[in-house]
Amino acid sequence: MAINKDLVAASSTPIVLAILAEGDSYGYAIIQRVRELSGGHMAWTDGMLYPVLHRLERLGHIQARWETADSGRRRKYYRITPPGREQLAEERRQWLAVDATLHAIWNALVAADPAGHPAFAAPLPQGA
Amino acid sequence: MPTSAQAVSLEAQIEQWRSYLRRRQAIHAVDVAELEDHLREQVAGLAGAGLASDEAFLVAVKRMGDLDALSREFAREHSERLWKQLVVAAPEGASPAGVRTDALAAFGLALAAAAAIKLPALFGMQLDRDAGFYARNLGLFVLPFLAGYFAWKRKLGWRTLGGLAIAFAAAAMFANLYPFRAKGATEALTVLHLPIALWLPVGIAYAGGRWRQGDGRMDFIRFSGELFIYYVLIALGGGVLTAFMAMMFEAIGLKAEPVFATWLVPCGAAGAVLIASWLVEAKQSVIENMAPVLTRLFAPILTVVLLVFLGTVLWTGRGIEIERNVLIAFDLLLVLVLGLLLYSLSARDPQAPPGAFDVVQVVLLASALLADALALWAIVARIGEFGFTPNRVAALGENVILLANLAWSAVLYLRFLRRREAFARLERWQTDYLYVYAGWAAVVVVLFPPLFRYV
Repeated sequence: MAINKDLVAASSTPIVLAILAEGDSYGYAIIQRVRELSGGHMAWTDGMLYPVLHRLERLGHIQARWETADSGRRRKYYRITPPGREQLAEERRQWLAVDATLHAIWNALVAADPAGHPAFAAPLPQGA
Repeated sequence: MPTSAQAVSLEAQIEQWRSYLRRRQAIHAVDVAELEDHLREQVAGLAGAGLASDEAFLVAVKRMGDLDALSREFAREHSERLWKQLVVAAPEGASPAGVRTDALAAFGLALAAAAAIKLPALFGMQLDRDAGFYARNLGLFVLPFLAGYFAWKRKLGWRTLGGLAIAFAAAAMFANLYPFRAKGATEALTVLHLPIALWLPVGIAYAGGRWRQGDGRMDFIRFSGELFIYYVLIALGGGVLTAFMAMMFEAIGLKAEPVFATWLVPCGAAGAVLIASWLVEAKQSVIENMAPVLTRLFAPILTVVLLVFLGTVLWTGRGIEIERNVLIAFDLLLVLVLGLLLYSLSARDPQAPPGAFDVVQVVLLASALLADALALWAIVARIGEFGFTPNRVAALGENVILLANLAWSAVLYLRFLRRREAFARLERWQTDYLYVYAGWAAVVVVLFPPLFRYV
């Protein structure tokens, strides 16, 4: 199952902010964490993460700094800022609302036609 | 463990990938570094899982995603990067300190040029009363500093420096030792031609050791065009600023114009040459060159105008009326056509095959030659009636020089269109011809005044 592009784009902000809320991180580790959390379903194109990070940085939600790793390579770390945490809370409220709505409608569909599978082909019940 | 040969090829592959990314305008060097770190981490992870390093590299690159799409995403996030900015940043490999010294040198020399133009005032010279003196020495107030800037920048040797000094000293002599009649024709000719003659030493300084090579001179032609455009822009800005300041001082009841006329305008005009040159140097790769763009725009338009003109002459049978200024008008036409030719040459890829624009160029050349031949014919036929004044001889000489250049250019261009000649021949012809302009200008400055008894 591949998740469609619009959903990936829309969910990238809360996911990145939430991962950074766990602790400072860098691009490659963020991607790995997403893969791990989604059980491999959210396979981002690696490069596309960086424009997202740069946008969040421009908006002031996260802050970047360069550090030199043990290997001598320079690596760019990101840290969530207080406005970023507020944004994360706001995103969370919105996603929970979307999530609750979807939950409600899935349940209603299943209740209306428990045998019908796929349930989504059934006409919506009156007044629902 | 990767063998050392594998490690080398991985480094080479990453280097190639990096240089490919660097060419993207929207992805800056820091972003490339960030992406490279990601790529290396990915490769290391995959190699740890048992892949050979070249396989790991391929997978990592694939996971990074399509670079065009990535570049588009970067462009969307950093749209300002698509507008090349005139930030005078250190080019790769140069130190920021070097850029600063360069700027300081340019501004210092600009101040020196501004001071030089006010120097004669210490000896009682006045801009309005001694206009002739100032006009004759115009080039000498500014161009030595410009040549000095390049001499410093290109670290010229003592022999070249000596040659430049001799050229400027000789120019100063010819401008000031001849007993010109005030406001006479030969004085006006010196005023017009001395800067042209002096542009050659500036070019030699600009090109450094590359003057003898065709492409060194071609670079100087490019530089001259860009400098002209920058100077006009700075002058426009300066004009607006001056008018604005005059208005502000007017508001508090002060007449600022006299100060502007004696200080701000001459000093600004002199200093701006240095500043504009420095900008052209600094921005070389930052902004698209303007002169070739303008050329592309105006060459077809001028071609159409000339063809219509020729058609009208043929259709109505009107001869060209020989008036005082007609020769100058046709000289200017040829200069314009030459400029269009030069700047389209300077921007053209010499290896590219002939294209539609080359045909436009040839038509432009041919129609300009025809129009000029008509004018020249009319003038030569009646030169006896008019007599040989210095102005007329100079204008005629220029016309012949330009005509010869353009005629041979047209021949070379035609041969190129028929693939009988490499494009480089045309470039060589133009860059070699620079000597002729400077030489003729020098002849006018040196020989004309005594020849025509300083009238």
